[in-house]
Amino acid sequence: MTTSTANANSHPGLNLGPAHGQAHKDAETVVFGFWIFLMSDLVTFAMFFATYAASIHATAGGPGNADIVDVTSIGLQTGALLISSLLFGIATVAMKHGSSPRSTILWLLASLAFGLCFLGLEVRDFIDAAEKGAVPMRSGYLSAYWALVGLHGLHVTVGSLMILVVCVQIAIFGFADDVKTRVLRLGLYWHFLDIIWIGIFSVVFLPGLLT
Amino acid sequence: MEHFFFGRLGWDDIAIFDIFRDPTASNIVGSSAGWLAVIGGVIVAALLLIKGWWRPLLFTWLNTTDHKKIGIMYIVTGLVMFARGVAEGVVMRSQYVTSYQGGYLTPDHFSELFSTHGTIMIFFVLMPFLIGFMNLLVPLQIGARDVAFPRLNQISLGFTIVGAMLLMISLVVGQFATGGWTGYPPYTGVAFQPGTGPDYWIWSLGLSGIGSLLTGINFAVTIYKMRCPGMTFMRMPIFVWTALCTSILLVFALPPLTAVVIMQALDRYLDFHFFTNDLGGNMMNFANLFWMFGHPEVYILILPAFGLYSEFTAIFSGKRIYGYMSLVIATMAIAVLSFTVWLHHFFTMGQSPTINVAFGVATMLIAIPTGVKVYVWIATLWGGRIRMRTPIIYLAGFIFFFAVGGYTGILLANPTINFTVHNSQFVVAHFHNVLLPGTLFAVLAGIYVWFPKFFGFRLDERWSATTAWLFIVGFTFAFMPLYVVGLMGMPRRSPAFDDPSYIPYMIVTMGGALCVLAALGALIGTFVVSAKRREALAVPGGDPWDGRTLEWATPAPVPEWNFAFIPEVHSQDAFAVEKSKGTVYDIEANSYEDIELAPTSWIGLTIIVFGTALGFAMVFWMWWLAILSGLALLIHAIGLGFVRDKGEIIPADVIERTERDWIAMAQQGRFTDRRDEVSTDNRGFAARISEA
Ligand code: HEM
Ligand SMILES: [Cu+2]
Repeated sequence: MTTSTANANSHPGLNLGPAHGQAHKDAETVVFGFWIFLMSDLVTFAMFFATYAASIHATAGGPGNADIVDVTSIGLQTGALLISSLLFGIATVAMKHGSSPRSTILWLLASLAFGLCFLGLEVRDFIDAAEKGAVPMRSGYLSAYWALVGLHGLHVTVGSLMILVVCVQIAIFGFADDVKTRVLRLGLYWHFLDIIWIGIFSVVFLPGLLT
Repeated sequence: MEHFFFGRLGWDDIAIFDIFRDPTASNIVGSSAGWLAVIGGVIVAALLLIKGWWRPLLFTWLNTTDHKKIGIMYIVTGLVMFARGVAEGVVMRSQYVTSYQGGYLTPDHFSELFSTHGTIMIFFVLMPFLIGFMNLLVPLQIGARDVAFPRLNQISLGFTIVGAMLLMISLVVGQFATGGWTGYPPYTGVAFQPGTGPDYWIWSLGLSGIGSLLTGINFAVTIYKMRCPGMTFMRMPIFVWTALCTSILLVFALPPLTAVVIMQALDRYLDFHFFTNDLGGNMMNFANLFWMFGHPEVYILILPAFGLYSEFTAIFSGKRIYGYMSLVIATMAIAVLSFTVWLHHFFTMGQSPTINVAFGVATMLIAIPTGVKVYVWIATLWGGRIRMRTPIIYLAGFIFFFAVGGYTGILLANPTINFTVHNSQFVVAHFHNVLLPGTLFAVLAGIYVWFPKFFGFRLDERWSATTAWLFIVGFTFAFMPLYVVGLMGMPRRSPAFDDPSYIPYMIVTMGGALCVLAALGALIGTFVVSAKRREALAVPGGDPWDGRTLEWATPAPVPEWNFAFIPEVHSQDAFAVEKSKGTVYDIEANSYEDIELAPTSWIGLTIIVFGTALGFAMVFWMWWLAILSGLALLIHAIGLGFVRDKGEIIPADVIERTERDWIAMAQQGRFTDRRDEVSTDNRGFAARISEA
């Protein structure tokens, strides 16, 4: 990567083409739009966070936060999600530095695997909670809890599905420009979900752990 | 009563048969409305088949991604729903005339009427109107060939139509909510309304909300990224500024609605307890979330309307807009402040006086930038050579109504006064007084101004002006008396009243309502008469009003590719400046290039079909249908990632021919004096061609 052409091709970003080429211009619009979508999604989450915060004491005599938090499981989930994000990052770096589509797909699938681990653990937690009688129908507090955590889980599910779809697209079309920007956007989404998770961790689980 | 195939749908739900089951006055009115919808639908379907119109409908309209056609479809949707909304308004007023210790509608039917009326007017009349205008004007005014995401644009339209369809279906099958357009729980929860009503509300707002959110994203990106060379932010037409602010509002204000609709759905479908009375539910969470959307929403409705006023005030006073910079700042200030006042919608619901005061003051602050705007329009008119065309009639009506509505708004923003007039007819008077003249007049005037641009002929002046006057007179009589009865203590949303002194006022407002109905008739008349005279009214030159911004620099109707060359601008009001320099239509045309249009798509139609099926299935608990249509939508969405079709290529010589024909026409075209612009002399050439 020392020749001047290689340098021109490896400015930050996903190497969509020569610097400031058409592919870059196209990507700019789409990716900018996606950022706006993410901002909007962030507001949706904020509303669920706010509702959660307003409902903390609305347990109606039912299980509260401390009764449903399983430290180990939350720790594992956090780990799985962060590792998944890391692997996604590696996949994009692999794509940027011209690895074969196959290796990029493998990294993506590894990322997907950890995402699925996260989901599996989360579902198990939900089932445990339900067995303790902490179902969302029990109280306003539990409704808010299930909705907030569940909304994040739903996002992860959609993201997992999209990772699969993107893998298929890479397999079919190779690293076409629009496939690359799709990977780029999916990456933004995937990392965004980490940030939301950290929020959930600090607002929902940490207080439960401390009591 | 739950059935695998039909869910909870039973014979009794077919509202149009109520008239035979139990022919009370209320049922006759309700069923007749349903029959009208059904017959209307059948007639439209028959016309499509017999006249062969289904072909153009499918292949030039429903699959198009052209922002101009999409804009027109938005506005047509709005007009259709407007007819229903006005009819409901008239029925409600007739109830009030008869409802001194009585009334001919059942309380439930009356409640359903104000719920659908409010929902329709806000979400399926004014929103489609304004988004329609954004579609029509923004790309042209910033010198672009389309919006940033043409296919997404079609998807947005699809979702909007789904919402409207669900509302129309609720007229025929089942019942709509009785909880008002705000749908306050716990009244709209299962405990009080186990039926279909609130579910219709949930799905029509939820699904159309997706469309609006996507529109917001689309136009924010379009305005940030697609401006032509030289179009700096400070050179953008005011309408584009307001469209930008509206887009930002859509992006940030729709999520609270989405959230609240999801939570309400969870409460109703899965027995959650967000807003129920028992088990820790709290309705105040709903009120806060809903109005965090609801208040910005009224600015989503009014800002683009302000933009339209700014544009044609300048045009019809033959001057550049006064105080451009202050308009921009005022627009941005309103957009920001609109997020800080939501609580003024529930001053009376038990929060502390301190909070009430804070929100009261925040509300009054908005009056400052709004006042700035009104002054700017007046200052633009001042010393201008004003031409008293239909838009200026609307503008005059608007300034008067808006001043009254604004003052009463300030009154309402004062918590102490608010406690006394809360939920009275005073509030009804206030919001009709700001919303209708504010938004509806702007749109009607806008239709007059820009109709020739997209259809190639002007609207008949006499009919247009008559329509305007009928609306103004109608609204005066329909809503001004409500201030008085409101202060006398007459509540809103109440099916009957006990105080005989209201009766005369009710009669006056009934007269006003009929006048509004006549105005609606005149509006339709305007279109019919103008279409008949289209040859005489044709304006192929594309600039019938001596316009100032880029959209007027194209032929009428605008060709599919908007601009043969992407324009380059050097000032505000670029087209007006060029005209004054005499350099307009001066195209050193040597290098025409092929233009690729955005690919057509069927996703919009898929969404209309399966989205409506999904909503309907969810309302009636037909889970199989919900799953099937949900899957169909999902599969289509995933499939979209795999199509990589190209749009139609318009060859350079076609563009060149079209453009040269138009220029040749323009160069022979007869210049009309502005005073004669409504005569048939006006062929849309506002400037004498580069004689200078
Ligand atoms: C563009 C036109 C209009 C818009 C945007 C509009 C909007 C609204 C809204 C948002 C409501 C509140 C519904 C609620 O309280 O839940 C409402 C109520 C009402 N509107 Fe309209 N409206 C329009 C035209 C009309 C017309 C033309 C009439 C009469 C001819 C009318 C008569 C009424 C009545 C009687 C109510 C019920 C008031 C009450 O008692 O709460 N509206 N309208
Ligand atoms: Cu408000």
